[in-house]
Amino acid sequence: MRYITPRKAAQGLGSARAGTAHHQSITMSSYALIILTPLFLIAVGGAIGLPQDQVMAHFGRPFPGIITAMFVIVGMLHFIKGSQGGAIADYVHGKTQQLTMVAIAIFGWGVIAAAIFALAKMAFTTPAI
Amino acid sequence: MADVNRGNRPLSPHLQVYRLPLPAITSILTRITGHALVAGILLLVWWLVAAVSSPDAFATADWVLRSWLGFLIMTASTWALWFHALSGVRHLFYDNGMGLEIEDAKRASWGIIIGSVALTVLSLIIFFIG
Repeated sequence: MRYITPRKAAQGLGSARAGTAHHQSITMSSYALIILTPLFLIAVGGAIGLPQDQVMAHFGRPFPGIITAMFVIVGMLHFIKGSQGGAIADYVHGKTQQLTMVAIAIFGWGVIAAAIFALAKMAFTTPAI
Repeated sequence: MADVNRGNRPLSPHLQVYRLPLPAITSILTRITGHALVAGILLLVWWLVAAVSSPDAFATADWVLRSWLGFLIMTASTWALWFHALSGVRHLFYDNGMGLEIEDAKRASWGIIIGSVALTVLSLIIFFIG
């Protein structure tokens, strides 16, 4: 005889155990990225091909600097969530899944840190125009 | 049980012989483009970090970024970005129960494919004349 209800037996056995919050996080960041994507392409497209000092001056200005920072932050958080929950959870399991998820988080935050470091240095070393 | 319908019944989709419908292909491509964008963002962030490191580091990163390989990665990333964005918009419609009929999903798939190529060409045109 089973002493627990069917509901109790099924509780917590969903695929990711945090489906709603995960879905909301992906959806909200996707709304932001729709707006940020064309702005990011303009900000970056305007810098490719410039000499080093002008690249630094370009991203030292508010619009390209802030847009690029926001795109990298929101984009990589979207990537971490999307990759961990959307892809890894479907294809990799057990210990490998945990290690892959840690690796994705380290990679994603590493990219954010590197980009913010570079953009901040550009913003603070470029003389005000 | 009498088999009165031999040869005219739906077959179970067997993985090795199953021809993926277009909406399935565009759906899988959403995940693939999302992960492939890692290459583009890595190249760009490497280029940004190199710009604040040293003239030599920037020269190397800038050479790679503007080489034919860099152009290929950036163009492919631009397409992947537009494809992922348009496909993501479709998922926002899906979330609200819209566009779930098979014919609608096929039409949206073509819209995503054609739209992403058109937006990539437009991005390149703006990049080269702007």
